[in-house]
Parts: sequence; C-alpha cells; structure tokens
Amino acid sequence: MTVAQADGSALAALTADPQLQRKPRTYWSMALQTLRRDLVTLVAIGFLVSMAALSLSASIISRSIGVGPNDTNLENAFQQPYLGPYIQWRTGADPTRAPLMLGKSGGVAHWLGTDQLGRDQFVRLLYGGRVSLGIAFAAAALTLILGVTVGSVAGFFGGVVDDAIMWFINTLSSIPGIYLLIIVTAMFKPNPVTLTLFLGLFGWIGTARLIRGNVFKVRALDFVLAARSVGTRNARIMLQHVIPNSLPIIIVNAAIDIGTLILIESALSFLGLGVQPPTATWGSMLNRANNFLFLRDPDSGVSLALHLLSIPGILITLTVLALYLIGDGLRDALDPMMKNMGLTSESHIE
Amino acid sequence: MGRYVIRRLLQAIPTLLGVSVISFVLVYNSPGDPILIRTFDPNITQETREVLRRQLGLDQHWTLQYISWFAGITLRTGDVSEEFTRQDTSCTYVAFLNFTSCDNGGGILRGNLGTSIATNQAVWDRIVERMPATIELGVSALLVSLLIGLPLGILSAVRQGSLFDNLVRVLAVIGNALPSFWFGLMLIYIFGVVLGWLPTGSRRTVSLTNEFDLVDRVRHLILPTFVLALGGIALLSRVMRTETLEVIRTDYIRMAKAKGVAAHRIWFVHAFRNALIPLMTILGPAIFGVLSGAVIIETIFSWPGMGRLTFSAAVQRDYPTVLGAVMFFSLLTILGNLLSDILYGVVDPRVRL
Repeated sequence: MTVAQADGSALAALTADPQLQRKPRTYWSMALQTLRRDLVTLVAIGFLVSMAALSLSASIISRSIGVGPNDTNLENAFQQPYLGPYIQWRTGADPTRAPLMLGKSGGVAHWLGTDQLGRDQFVRLLYGGRVSLGIAFAAAALTLILGVTVGSVAGFFGGVVDDAIMWFINTLSSIPGIYLLIIVTAMFKPNPVTLTLFLGLFGWIGTARLIRGNVFKVRALDFVLAARSVGTRNARIMLQHVIPNSLPIIIVNAAIDIGTLILIESALSFLGLGVQPPTATWGSMLNRANNFLFLRDPDSGVSLALHLLSIPGILITLTVLALYLIGDGLRDALDPMMKNMGLTSESHIE
Repeated sequence: MGRYVIRRLLQAIPTLLGVSVISFVLVYNSPGDPILIRTFDPNITQETREVLRRQLGLDQHWTLQYISWFAGITLRTGDVSEEFTRQDTSCTYVAFLNFTSCDNGGGILRGNLGTSIATNQAVWDRIVERMPATIELGVSALLVSLLIGLPLGILSAVRQGSLFDNLVRVLAVIGNALPSFWFGLMLIYIFGVVLGWLPTGSRRTVSLTNEFDLVDRVRHLILPTFVLALGGIALLSRVMRTETLEVIRTDYIRMAKAKGVAAHRIWFVHAFRNALIPLMTILGPAIFGVLSGAVIIETIFSWPGMGRLTFSAAVQRDYPTVLGAVMFFSLLTILGNLLSDILYGVVDPRVRL
C-alpha cells in the first residue's frame, strides 16, 4: 500500500495489468467454475433439462405425431416400437415391416410402441413426465419450505422450542415413511395435487434435521455474535446470516430429495395408489406391467410387452440417477471443505 | 448405562403416544367406509349396517373412538348399559353425567391391538401370522447386503482410484437410483420367465403334503432377497469405503506403517475394525428398516408378509389392522434406534453414555 501511494505511476501500471483487472472471485463464481469442469454433472444436468423440455412440449410433440396420450386403438394393442423397423426401412434392410406397422396403426408412427389399449407409449411417457416431474419438484419445494423453516427455527431458538419440534420430528419419523404414505394414499385416493401435499407433508423431516444441525453450527460462529452485538434482530440474523450459510446444504439436499421423491411417487403409482388412471405417470405406466410379464406372441413366442416393461423403468432410473449425480456434483462444487480434503488427502497404503 | 437405557425407554412413551394420535387421526378421518367389507351381501339392510356400525363404535366422534381404541373404554351418552353389556364387556351407567362407560378389557394401553374389521381375527394374531415371512426375507436381505456391501466397500478403499473402485462407486449410485419394484419385475422377467431358473413369486411351491422343502424355500427367497438387499449393498459399500479411507488417514495407521507392520495386519487389525464403528449407527435402523421396507417387494413377489397385510388392510379400510401394524412398526423403529445407540457405546468406549 505504502509503495503504491509513494509511486503513482507504479500504481497505474498495476491497475492496467489485465491479471489484476479480472473480477473478484466470489464463492458462487468459484462453485460455477468447478461445476463447468465436471463433465458427469454437466451431462446429468443436460439430461434433466432435456427431459423437462420434452415433457413441457408434450402437447406439441403429440400433435405432430398425430395421437393424444389417452387415444386408444384396440386393434393395434401391444404394437412393438416403430423406431427399429423405421431405421431398417430407411437403410433398406427390411423394406416391408415398417410400412406394414404404419398401415396397422392408421399412419401413426408409434416410436416406442403401444400399450394394452393401443395408446402411444412415447406420448404417454411425455405426458407422464409432466406429472411425475411436476409432482416431484413441487413436493420437493414443499419439503424445502417446511424443512428449512422448521429446522432453522428449532436450531436457532433451541431450548423448549427445539425440544418440542424434535419431539414431533422423532414421533413422525418413528412411523416408517413408506407405510404412512401407503396408508394415506390407499385411503384418500389422491389426485396429483393431494399426492404432492402428502409427499411434501411427510417428507420434510430429513431436511429439517439437516438444517437444524447446520444452524446449530452457524449460530455459534463469530459473525452471528457480531451481528447480535450491534443489536440485529433475530429474524434478520436468521434471514441474512444463518440461512444463506446453510444454502449449499439446502441445494444439495434438494437435488437428492427430488430424485427420491420420483422414486416414491413411481412406487406408489405402480401399486395403484398414486395418481389414478387414465392420467399417465411413469410409475402408473408400469402398474399393469406385472400382468404382462408372461404375455407372449402365440406364434413366435416373443414377449409382447417387453417395451412396456422396460422403457418407463429405464426412464425413471436415468432421471433419478441424473438428479443424484447433480446432487453429488453440486456438493463437490459448493462445499469448499470437501474440496480441500480432496487436495490434501493422503492416498492409500500400497 | 442402565440409567441411560431407562431414560430412553421413558422417552419412547410420549413418542408412541404421538404416533398413536397422528396415525389414528389420519386413518379415521379418511374417506371410505370400513363396514362395506363386512357387508358385501346386497341383502343386508341399511338397518343391519347401522347396528353393526353402532356395535363397532363407528358412529361416534373420532375422539371417543380413539379413547376406546387406546384405553379399551367406550363412552356413550344415555343409559345403554343393557345394550352393550356382553360376556367380555362390563358397563356402568353414571347417572348424574348421563353417560355409560363400557370396559371391554382391550385397548392398546393394555397391549391389545383390537380386532380386525375385515376378518374378525385379533390384529395381534394376524401380525404374528405374517411376521415369520417378513423376518425371513428381511434377515436374509440384511445378511446378503452385509456380505456383499462390506467387502466391496473395503476393497474399493484399498484400491482407491482404481478401475474396481470407480466401478463399485458407479454401481452404488445406480443401485440407489433403481426403482426397486421395477428392478424386481425385470429380474422376474429375466430369471423367472425367460430363463425359467427361479420361481416368479410367493414363499413356497404349493403342494398337497405341505412338507418343508429347504431347496424350494431358498429358490423362492433368492430374487426378493437380492432386490431388497440392493439398497443396502449400495449404502454399505459407500459408507464402508468412506470410513475405511478416513481411518487410514489417522496417525495410528501412519505409525503402524512407519514401524513396518505388514499391510494385511494394518488392514484387518487396525483399519477394518475401526471403520466398522460408525457402521453401528446405521445398522440398528437398517435392521428394522429392512423389516418395514419390504412392502413393495412383498407385493411384487406375492410374499405373504407384513407389508402385504398392511397394504391390503389399508385398501379394505380395516382400521384396527392398519393401526396395529403402524404401532407395531413404530415400536420396532424406536427399539432399533435405541439398540444402535447402545451398540455404539459398546463398540466405541469413547462414547460411553
């Protein structure tokens, strides 16, 4: 400093240096930089975004194919995916099968085949994605709001408030979650909105615990004491200092939460307890699948319904996988402690 | 230690009380009529239904029903002691308050889970009938996940950064993301339908003699066990890998290396044993998690366990059975958490309570 004051021209030279003119690196820009180098997470984000985009444009795509999600065609039930024959047709390997399939379906290209009622699986997957992803994201938002509020209140105020909240959390968490959900969904026969509410209302406990623990940690730090010493109100300390410092945990937790919620929703819908037919969700499309396990073409002995069994499941797995990988990637990017551990970690014993 | 256990057991009382209220409110305020399951016969008149409803107490406010279910004491306005006195119920009429109190000797407070509306059996008998199947499946799944998950985790820590390590980690993430019901269906399709190696469901082959056939039982057990164990394998291998890596960074391992202890001794005597300690915290809840988590797998594999019982009871609106199952599993969960905390103190003397 004193050098710069003594010599103005040196200071000018310093400020002209492009190296020093770069923007300051904040926590978030550093996290973004880590994320940009993380190929796996980028691929996962790309997959999820395209999945969401496809689901959102479901009505446009279904109009261009020329079939709605609930249009049945009993003549054409259990048609195999058109994709393979189409490629064979275009490459000239099999010039007859694809046109025959088109003739049977009335000119509609069922890219991923049709189900037991002749409904187009591809279109139903797109519309089902809307419901499945929508429910999972909305329920995750609800768990976040509830979990962060309850968790930070418990952690911040401690004492009797914390005791009461923890008693409630312990009580609710000693009922096995899946039992609770199966019971309420079996009895209440939910629609997408009530299902979201159930998933959210029974799903916030883990988040609340996590946030509470982190708030305990942050509350003891010096900057909270400093804020308190200048007379900052509780609400302001919580919103300005405590919650922003829990944000990395909240974000990572949210990604994993959404994945888990997709799994739970699909399991409930598979059992026939989730969203009721004919609305398609990825889980409910598998609802009849166990009846189709043994279904074979009487002439050739080929399984008729493998495409109905495999494709929705693969889609669920890939989506959940993408969300878990995003969660992992975000943790690496947002948690500087983990990053340091990675640098200084002493490797294995040989 | 003894005082700690007693304190924890006492803490379980308000928790169980809360569980009973929450589950009762949810179940009894749901739409649907449990009487329907008893009265499928169209010849039954509306009057009979009302009588049945009154006998079961379903015409009362849910708070009174809760007291009846919880304490075994039914309260009714007016003098109805004549109507409700039976061989197992004693009623007394309190004239100045104008209500009748009937003690039917039951109530979960006295360890009686009530009678199933659907089958008229005692709920406890139904649970006892179904538990062996669930325990059989749960224990075998837990053993499989320990036997596969732990070695995988340790080996991938030993070979950190190798192809094997990366493969295990990738498989663990995929194992977590697989919907268990779909994975089960695919396994049934591959091994049961296409290859025909294993049965597609249920606990044993139906036979006239009803003899116990071990090979047949094991064959039926393989697929559901593996599906149920998958999550455990993924979890255990990940936790075990992290813990082992953490332990080998400690000073005592460095010390052992420095004084020239053989690598296998470092692994098995020092690293492995200490890495096992944190596992205790997840093992207790895992045991009971496995017992209660099998609902979906039991449904796919037609496994006659607790999960299917609860599922069908919920669909039939058999309130006492549903509530009995919830109370039972909540008790198991609380005991599981307590057990794992105690075990933690036993294996790690630093956390003596």
